[in-house]
Amino acid sequence: MSNAYHIVVCAGVVPDPLQTLEPITTATGPGLKNEMMLPAVLDPWASHALYEAANLAAHATGSKVWLVSAAPKAKLQQVMMNVAQKASFELVPIDAPASGFADAHAVAEMLAGAIQSIAGLDRSRLLVFGGWESASRGAGVTMQLVGEELGIVDQFQGVDQLTVQPDGSLEILERIEGGRHMVSVCQGPPALLGWATGNLPEPRNNPQLGMANMRTVMPALQKAKVAPLPPGAIRYLSVTPPKQQRQTRIVKDRPVEEIAAELCEWISKD
Amino acid sequence: MSTSATEQAPVVERQQMAVDIAGVGFGPAMGGFLTTLSRQLLNEDGTPRFESAASPGMPLQVICYERADGVGFGVSGAVTRGRGIRESFPNLDLSQIPMAVPVAEEKLSYLLDPIGASRRSLAMRLADWKVRLLGKLIGSSDDAVELPYTPEFMQKHDGMVLSLGQFNQWVSEQVTSSGLVQLWPGMPVSEPLIEGNGVSGIRLADQGVALDGAPGDGFMPGMDVRAALTVVADGPVGAVGRQLDSHFGMPDGNQQREWALGMKMVVELREDCELKRGTVLHTIGFPEPEIFGFLYVHPDRLASVGIFVPSWMRSPVRTGYRYLQHFMLHPYLWRHLQGGRLKAWGAKSLQESGRHGEPILAGNGYARIGEGSGSTNVLAGSGVDEAWTTGVQLAQAVVELLQQGKPFTRENLDRSYVRRRRESWVDAESKIAADSRNGFEKGVVTGLIGMAAAGITRGAISVAGRKRPIPESTSELESVYGSRISAGELKTLKEECAAKGSALHDRIMERCGWPEIPFDGQLLISHQDALLMGGCVQAPPGYANHVVFLHPEHCQSCEPKLCVEMCSGQAITRGENGVPAFDREKCVYCGACLWNCRTSADGEKGNIEFRAGAGGLHSALN
Repeated sequence: MSNAYHIVVCAGVVPDPLQTLEPITTATGPGLKNEMMLPAVLDPWASHALYEAANLAAHATGSKVWLVSAAPKAKLQQVMMNVAQKASFELVPIDAPASGFADAHAVAEMLAGAIQSIAGLDRSRLLVFGGWESASRGAGVTMQLVGEELGIVDQFQGVDQLTVQPDGSLEILERIEGGRHMVSVCQGPPALLGWATGNLPEPRNNPQLGMANMRTVMPALQKAKVAPLPPGAIRYLSVTPPKQQRQTRIVKDRPVEEIAAELCEWISKD
Repeated sequence: MSTSATEQAPVVERQQMAVDIAGVGFGPAMGGFLTTLSRQLLNEDGTPRFESAASPGMPLQVICYERADGVGFGVSGAVTRGRGIRESFPNLDLSQIPMAVPVAEEKLSYLLDPIGASRRSLAMRLADWKVRLLGKLIGSSDDAVELPYTPEFMQKHDGMVLSLGQFNQWVSEQVTSSGLVQLWPGMPVSEPLIEGNGVSGIRLADQGVALDGAPGDGFMPGMDVRAALTVVADGPVGAVGRQLDSHFGMPDGNQQREWALGMKMVVELREDCELKRGTVLHTIGFPEPEIFGFLYVHPDRLASVGIFVPSWMRSPVRTGYRYLQHFMLHPYLWRHLQGGRLKAWGAKSLQESGRHGEPILAGNGYARIGEGSGSTNVLAGSGVDEAWTTGVQLAQAVVELLQQGKPFTRENLDRSYVRRRRESWVDAESKIAADSRNGFEKGVVTGLIGMAAAGITRGAISVAGRKRPIPESTSELESVYGSRISAGELKTLKEECAAKGSALHDRIMERCGWPEIPFDGQLLISHQDALLMGGCVQAPPGYANHVVFLHPEHCQSCEPKLCVEMCSGQAITRGENGVPAFDREKCVYCGACLWNCRTSADGEKGNIEFRAGAGGLHSALN
């Protein structure tokens, strides 16, 4: 029996995590101020999923990785310049808004549609990966909805580890409360895994990998389907950014207990 | 003992890759090069126009590596006439480039010193006194006087205000969407591959190494990228360009002895701010006579505001951030900036030697374009458009040579690229500007007079003079501040700062009467907050330190440590035993340390090596 996998990673594009985000109301609903000016990255949660997918594919001969990503084409192009150096994949781009204010059902439907349209995808080998959460919005339901759209019943969220057993079954560690993991075993594909952080470090930039990926990434981007999300699918009554505070002070020669006590006091003010 | 990159490099087997053209650094020059080249790589029927020699059967393989993590992480307070840019994009619609807008209004203003702390000469103090005396009769208000006109050689009234980060991002989208060229950010190039009397490609930086460059976890030796042509556009402090200068030397008589640190903030102006978009303000006179300033207004109530701290400011405790804050607090600017919010912050070195700093422009297998090639017009204070145009010229030359089937030899590149450059407005204007700044060697007033004379006479008249090497041109603390602070007190201040491990400039400035900065948490913020909130500075793990003190023992006796005072990110601090310490997680790659070292073995080159490294700013608004 072949243990090759067809791994589809769903990954959104979000503003670089260090940027200051300002929600605003645009003509089409909530949005982020000057979003197109902000540098973008692949959603950090989904990035871990991509690294895990590449690692799994590297250890299972004959496997293939697709990256399904919905974002404005210009942003996708920009992000691919970095991501394509990290792992080997074939891009399935969707030219769509990526503000984080889209309705999760609409996004899931769009992603599932893109996955179903991948030529040669073998459902019996299919593993759908994604981020458990998203850096743009923490609803944490999109991947579950993608699974439902695809009719995949074996779903795991908050995954930190996937181990292929000798019999081809998959042992999966999901995060649960108390800093512990729940261990599950499923027979094998198809399955959907929403990854937490996993255990793999960010791969080094590999120029040769980048060049090989770009031979398919750019033509794919040129043919990216435009998929405007349905207007009015969701109505926001109000949008508020998380309360942020920053106070910087340099202290020296002070016991750590005192510093810790001050930090606790500062945090508890909120 | 020397610790150069070559000597430290472990002997390892490296991956090899062959391309036709390898580029180093993505800025305006590379933007001009790739924009022009990529338009010439296909026939009308869509088939490749040139076959790759590196990969026969494939189209021409063109690849460019950029050190920063994003192509939009460059810094510039750019106002440019954009002549070359408009030639490349005849139907340029600035509204398509975020933060770009045509210049609407341009002013040159002289700022008085409202505090009384600035180091003004007697002549300047007299000028200030007269301006104050005549007051509103000469249009003076808010401790400033707007000059009746901007000298023609400085005018940018037909130009555009840009965010270089946004412009670079926009250009990268244009060139990479063709699929004909590849652009890879986050990939520093450590060195040129020099073979015989030419360059055969580039070596990428090692990854998975310790701070000292020793192989560590996940060691991945930098790949050797072989190329028939290496296009060097890594800016004024780029590692590849400087290694070429070191190996092949500079043309006779040329030296890079004049620099400046540009530091800026992008500010979101308050809602009722009356500044019109497209407004361009140039300032002289404050916070110190040697420091020039600017304020450019973008669309969406964004403004770039910043200063230039030149190498000819002799003070050994010159600095950037503190002066930038005092500059913004000047009443002439603060009336606009008050209530604003910081959106971005950054800094970069400017190579201000102009034509006198021009390196060898082309050699066997390589060509230099952009600021690192001495293209900046130091009279007009213009670099972006000139850099862009040199890139265009090289691309035209490359296409010509490809069509003729000629190799990229020095002779062929001289005949195609260098000839184009010599026959262009870039070169003609750089000749006019060549000696315009000589006067600054004698002082700010003489320098301004020299610039005006050179500008008005189109270079026929200028102040004679010879630029001194940087280590030689920086004065001792006592000679700069001796008239205001006693020798005994200076000694005490030095000792106190040395004991605390802090920079000296704050104490000296406070002693001279500069007030404390009234931090407001949104625009006036601490230096470290500017790194976090404005620069969003990051350093990916697995790369070596890129700032190296070549002879640490020489640093021990160096006081004041100018590298510490001028470090834009406070990444260089006073370390143990008097040797500066470097923290790459705070470095913004401005490269100021390279030309702010007073310790030199040969009298010309400082004791600091600025190598290729990853990370730095993560803001695309600068």
